[in-house]
Amino acid sequence: MKYDTIIIGAGAAGLACGTICAQAGCAVLIIDREEQAGGILNQCIHNGFGLRYFKEELTGPEFAYKMVQKAQRSGVELALASTVTGIKKLADGTFEVRVLSAKNGVQHLHAASIVLAMGCRERTRGAIGTAGERPAGIFTAGAAQKLLNREGKLPGKSAVIVGSGDIGLIMARRLRWCGIQVNAVIEIMPYTAGLTRNVVQCLHDFDIPLHLSTSVIRINGKERVESVVAAPLDTSRKPLLQNSFTIPCDSVLFSVGLIPEMELARELGVKVNPLTCGAEVDSMYMTSVPGVFSAGNVLHVHDLVDFVAEEAEYAGKCVIDYLAGCRPVGEYSAINGSNLKYVVPSRFLPSQASRFLFRPTAVYDQAVLKAVANGNEVWHKKLSFVRPAEMIIADIPAGILKNDTTFLLEEI
Amino acid sequence: MIYDTAIIGAGATGAATAYFLGKYRQKTVLLEAGFEVCSGISKANSGIVHGGFHHPADSLKTKLELRGNRLIAQLHRELHFPYLKCGILVVAYSDNELPALQELYQRGLANGIKIEYCSRERLFALEEKLHESAVAGFFVPEGGTIEPYMMVFALVENALKNGVALQCGFKVVSGTRKDGIWHLTAADGREVKARYIVNAAGLYADDVSGALGGESFKITPRKGEEYLLDRTSAGRPSKVIFPVPVKHSKGVLVIPTAGGTTMIGPTAEMVDDKSDTATTAENFKKILHLTRNMVNGISAGDLITSFAGLRPVHESEDFYIAPSQKVPALIQAAGIQSPGLTASPAIGEYIVELLQSSGLTLEEDPEFDGTLPPRLESRNISDKELSELCRRDPAWGNIICRCEKISEAEIIEAVKRGHTTVDGVKFYTRAGMGRCQGGFCSGKVLQIISKHSGIPMEKLTKKGGSSTILAGSLGDLEVK
Repeated sequence: MKYDTIIIGAGAAGLACGTICAQAGCAVLIIDREEQAGGILNQCIHNGFGLRYFKEELTGPEFAYKMVQKAQRSGVELALASTVTGIKKLADGTFEVRVLSAKNGVQHLHAASIVLAMGCRERTRGAIGTAGERPAGIFTAGAAQKLLNREGKLPGKSAVIVGSGDIGLIMARRLRWCGIQVNAVIEIMPYTAGLTRNVVQCLHDFDIPLHLSTSVIRINGKERVESVVAAPLDTSRKPLLQNSFTIPCDSVLFSVGLIPEMELARELGVKVNPLTCGAEVDSMYMTSVPGVFSAGNVLHVHDLVDFVAEEAEYAGKCVIDYLAGCRPVGEYSAINGSNLKYVVPSRFLPSQASRFLFRPTAVYDQAVLKAVANGNEVWHKKLSFVRPAEMIIADIPAGILKNDTTFLLEEI
Repeated sequence: MIYDTAIIGAGATGAATAYFLGKYRQKTVLLEAGFEVCSGISKANSGIVHGGFHHPADSLKTKLELRGNRLIAQLHRELHFPYLKCGILVVAYSDNELPALQELYQRGLANGIKIEYCSRERLFALEEKLHESAVAGFFVPEGGTIEPYMMVFALVENALKNGVALQCGFKVVSGTRKDGIWHLTAADGREVKARYIVNAAGLYADDVSGALGGESFKITPRKGEEYLLDRTSAGRPSKVIFPVPVKHSKGVLVIPTAGGTTMIGPTAEMVDDKSDTATTAENFKKILHLTRNMVNGISAGDLITSFAGLRPVHESEDFYIAPSQKVPALIQAAGIQSPGLTASPAIGEYIVELLQSSGLTLEEDPEFDGTLPPRLESRNISDKELSELCRRDPAWGNIICRCEKISEAEIIEAVKRGHTTVDGVKFYTRAGMGRCQGGFCSGKVLQIISKHSGIPMEKLTKKGGSSTILAGSLGDLEVK
């Protein structure tokens, strides 16, 4: 069987993209490793999802359920408990996907296009090189979340959370609700990595101590975690060892960033943007390999699933256009300037309204986002409460931006 | 039951000794203090199969290293543990190092190994990723890398197949000899009787010797930190890259592991504590700096994990492999530091000779089978074969560890072979060894171990003892 598109990953991105494509009459297959569609949403049993996309407040599993319903109603085919082990581009420009599953063994499936929607993985203690011993009781925040919310198992009785990413913050509150002590949240930066609403609702409301500009310099424990040693950082961000302090605990949860799960795409030759660690995409959300699209957290890490779903719907429309023969012609390029880590997408069509997503690198209460071309400001937007944790979205009408537009952020 | 031989320690030396004793009509028991075999210094090791150029020709080290190198190649063919015979490049990065390089090269020649002196041009032809500062070097094609634990697992598995007994968690606290029989007592009260003892207790060989009334000596740990890089690292060389060595250490290396990742390390620091396997931020910086000046493409961004191993250093800085002069029927095998892993099969063979010369009668067992079937791995078998396997047992198609592509069937097999800890399963199958470090699969791995071992999930450990992974179930704790 030949599909119009095969989508890798049945999380919010894959489901949203697949729904749009199937609604337009495309033959869509979404493949996912897990037995249940919905991705990481299924372990996020807290609320706060869907306010934008569904106009109602939902839990993660509820959001996932609605997405799966929509996808199935639109005629999307789902292949679950199936692992994609490789994608090959064939001479005729179509794709062969190698899938392994308990049910069907090895299958080679064919499609005219591919959508990368694999999401991201958590950065680990090993990846950030936290020193010390290697006892049991060290988890990524997401792994602990899954154990707790899906298996009903406790990761510890007394925890320290390293990093203040959203999953870590959500888990701080979740642990407290299970009777687990949370002794500290330790963040290396002078600001939290998670959304402000999560800092308030998950830490402040529970009196959980937050140590900013502080680094964990050692984990102690021969068999099970016994304590962590933390030290405040000086202005050059070196740990002040003389001020180090020990926090007893039996578990450490790391919430130190997310990385797009791009390995399959790399093997396919997709060019990676070093700033997002996701694919470099054009105005059609198409990667450097024609016919391969990308959306959601595998493209760049989002704050909210609502934005993921919106982005993936847009990518789905682009897939439909691609299948109808459209190719981006006459694209302009967008560049990230000062105080912005990246802009996605980095190419756009001047004749169309475009949505750009930015990750700021500065903390400003009041700021202005400017678009500059040839030294002239062509567009701007005032922003308040700019934080690296909060993505910036700009919808810019057609005809305003010039080629080689640089976006930059200034404090006001 | 009185065993002919009790081997204390199931690391590389003990496992190899058990393997060679398996060839004879013998009653042998392998005693391991840890929860599982290979849980000490053989586990955290650089995994280098050395080429025989570091030590003088007339030394026991060189003799055993060269013999061990050949035996590893042979055992790899018979037992099917991963072995990457990629060769070793020793590289001088400044003209100052040339005299020491030359000396080492001459030693290699004197030791009779295959060795090729390399001009700068030849070096880069052999390894294009070398740092620009390389000036000259030599190539030893017979060197390579193994996954040390995989070799130990295979040796033990084969020994068990040939009738050797195994007791884990057996920490020897005392041993007395009555009427020609050793009585060994473990910390938990278990007793084992044997005519001969092999002390292959690694870091604790001094304590064991003391407990048996043997020679008094001291084993001091020399710590080595290692840093493991993702299999996609651009810094993976095609050969093991050595600098020109410094005293007490062969230096910091860039190692293409047999498992497909890249390892950088080790450091060499004397420590007091035999359980000190902590890593430090300073040493990571140091190793990164050193290796980035050896091979291009090494990046901190590719770091997956780090660990430290301890070398068991005898006062003599040499291997101490000899029958005890103080008590009868005891073979000491202590101080087996580098090139100990390479030498280990030859050490095992040599220990069997020493047992024999100490009076143990050995009769060859005609039923000895020195092979193991190749391990089935979903990631390494043809599509046709894999589909057929899935039809028979769907677990082959269920990928649990996405990073290393390990199937449920491989994890079940590990559990059936007695690996019931998370680390045991990890080292046996590679599940959890990849870039997400078990972030995605640890829950599933716990479930599979629990289901197939019958141990409740809450009781499962990382590495035995009190290293439980979980702290109970939802509802166990009072919410304040």
